[in-house]
Amino acid sequence: MPWFFLQSARGMSSVTAAPARGSEAHLGNAMPIYLDNQSSTRLDPRVLEAMLPYFTEQFGNPHSTSHAYGRIAAAAIEEARAEVAALIHADPRELVFTSGATEANNLAIKGAAHFARLYPQSGQPRDHIVTLTTEHKCVLESCLQLDREGFRVTYLPVEPSGLVSLDALAAALSERTLLVSVMAAHNEIGVIQPLAEIGALCRSKGVLFHSDAAQAVGKITLDVEEMQIDLMSISGHKVYGPKGVGVLYVRRRPRVRLLPLIDGGGQERGLRSGTLPTPLCVGIGRAAAIAAAEMADEAGRLRRLRDRLQAGLARRIPGLRLNGDAERRLPGSLNFCFPGIAAIKLIEACPAIAISTGSACTSASVEPSYVLRALGLSDADANTGIRIGLGRFTTPAEVDFAIDALAAAAGRLAAEAAVAGQGGCTHIGS
Amino acid sequence: MGEIARPRPGALARTETYLDWNATTPLRAEAVAAMSAMLARCGNPSSVHRWGRVARQEIEQARSAVAALLDAPSEGVVFVSGGTEANHLALLGSGRDRILVSAVEHDSVLGAVPEAERIPVDCDGVVVLDTLDCLLAADPRPALVSVMLANNETGVLQPVAAIGAIARTHGALFHCDAVQAAGKIALDAHTIGADFVTLSAHKLGGPPGIGALVVIGELGLTPLLHGGGQERGRRAGTENLAGIAGFAAAAAAAAEEIAVYERVRALRDALEAGVAAVTSEAVVLGAVAPRLPNTAAIAMPGVAAETQVIALDLDGVMISAGAACSSGKVGPSHVLEAMGVGPDLVGSTIRVSFGWDSSEADVDHFLRAWTRLYRRCRGSSCRARAA
Repeated sequence: MPWFFLQSARGMSSVTAAPARGSEAHLGNAMPIYLDNQSSTRLDPRVLEAMLPYFTEQFGNPHSTSHAYGRIAAAAIEEARAEVAALIHADPRELVFTSGATEANNLAIKGAAHFARLYPQSGQPRDHIVTLTTEHKCVLESCLQLDREGFRVTYLPVEPSGLVSLDALAAALSERTLLVSVMAAHNEIGVIQPLAEIGALCRSKGVLFHSDAAQAVGKITLDVEEMQIDLMSISGHKVYGPKGVGVLYVRRRPRVRLLPLIDGGGQERGLRSGTLPTPLCVGIGRAAAIAAAEMADEAGRLRRLRDRLQAGLARRIPGLRLNGDAERRLPGSLNFCFPGIAAIKLIEACPAIAISTGSACTSASVEPSYVLRALGLSDADANTGIRIGLGRFTTPAEVDFAIDALAAAAGRLAAEAAVAGQGGCTHIGS
Repeated sequence: MGEIARPRPGALARTETYLDWNATTPLRAEAVAAMSAMLARCGNPSSVHRWGRVARQEIEQARSAVAALLDAPSEGVVFVSGGTEANHLALLGSGRDRILVSAVEHDSVLGAVPEAERIPVDCDGVVVLDTLDCLLAADPRPALVSVMLANNETGVLQPVAAIGAIARTHGALFHCDAVQAAGKIALDAHTIGADFVTLSAHKLGGPPGIGALVVIGELGLTPLLHGGGQERGRRAGTENLAGIAGFAAAAAAAAEEIAVYERVRALRDALEAGVAAVTSEAVVLGAVAPRLPNTAAIAMPGVAAETQVIALDLDGVMISAGAACSSGKVGPSHVLEAMGVGPDLVGSTIRVSFGWDSSEADVDHFLRAWTRLYRRCRGSSCRARAA
């Protein structure tokens, strides 16, 4: 690997310092400890190594198969496609490379709807889509767009745990329902939906099942056959791969038909035109292969770190409350309400750790998280929600540092609030 | 010189001759350097913590650098996944129902709005301005005109300033796909006179997977991808940080080194002269029109383009039979057909395209291989037939 790439990738799990401190030296001080792995993950050096030759020596256009450079690139892409397919138990031919999960979600939802409208089946037209109020913005916004185009959308509420009620879902389905879109694992609260049950329900009603699995892929076992998933979105940069690449799984049997969003050269079997970015495809492939090999061990390690963080915080912060189902959740994901402490203040008080109030897309917004609101939290409580995401490069020392930093800041802020006489927080036990 | 060793990024091994630069280019050293820092960095540019803020700064700096390539305002730059997406965003997002496209546009423009009206080109591949004027005058609906700056197959340049002026006269918007021209000829948004300009990084020494639609002026744009509201609501999805940084670095380097293309033009002209010296049978398509300095569309009559491409590949010369993106579809070029080129020539035309790192050795290698092929396929049979 050339030195210029290695230099900044090395030493990312240094224990006491913030990750990759050396490479950020020019910024004046250390970068914060990265505990926001839901919003993005660090590129694994092994993934980077796999990508590099395709940035430099093997730069051919994978669609220029008239010469060797193009054929080498094309072969690398097909290998990557197979690696991603293996991770989700799909056939490589069922995978469409996209620019990311947002595009994959847009393609799945709009593509299925537009196809159904253009080529209606006999009988009732299928023009109804069911999704959850807690879905990612790109799913909700895609549905909203279809709403504007005359489709009917049901936004199903969730249980206080964040999980979908299967009875409510079954009741929402009708003869006209085309598609159900339910996130596999949640980006803010980490809860894992009952995918196999949803898949079985959808299949029995002839409804397509799409799952945004950007957060789940590589972290929990996903099997599109067993779970009867018809469409599934995957993101590169959420699984220690590069930004700018994603995958949409599109079932072949029974065949799921989509209209493309981006048409032109006819790449990706006509479902997504545009020159494929070979290094990014190779990156998501390698990331998938690493995740497949290491998932079991890594999940155990992360679960232990997560439990350590949760126990450490609960011990020191009275009234701390976990949001979302306590059991059915991603190994590295936590979302807490710090009673009476505005999340944004807590984040400001802890500049040495990178955490967030929720989805990065909306984290700059002053509105309380719509996800926490959907769990039944009041605006005031939702405003105290903090998301913490542990990842592959998180160390026990970093977790301990975060416990100290958060507990100290929370204590200070609670004391300040008490002095100011505005400590009207709502404790709901711990 | 070693066969595998590649001395520096952006440069090529000399044992093979790469003359398919219009398909994609190697990554410039400047882009490698910019990307190496970004690839190793975590953080979502939308996050408010420091990792996110640093990423956001990088993106905004890159936005300025890309805008500078066109001398356009940086807030007009919308980063997308590439030229194909940018063309879709312009054609589908402009809010205009009536779309007119030239007959020689890239598939990504033709595919975006298949029912778009076609503006014909003349036998040199240049848009017929009078016809465009008539088409726009004939229908009062507000329209969008999409014409590329330089054709990817022939290199022919369109009179974009005149096209823009005609469009404005009729109240139409003008979108210009500048993917092939950017980095090869000096550009600025005012001269182009377009409302939207498409750019692609991997055609000018940046990475694949990133491009931009540059909006000139205060025009609204309906997004193609809905979601988190990135790119001021015009394109959702977590930004491809490293790609954007590489794009910006490549754009800056390309603008700085634009003079290199005078040397490239000499190479291209030498190659065309070399072919003409072998036989008067060979035809350079679009040669009469103003062209990019790096592109040559050369027909060897009577020899299928596929045959030529394979034979040249076996000789270590990498070229293509036209647009790269057809993904295995082998069909006649719609570009050449629109120019009225006969089926014989259409089926026997190859595209040779140079880049900043091309050399006289590349020209020599090509000419040796091409001449050998010509003599093998045509030399004897032609003489026999003539006799």
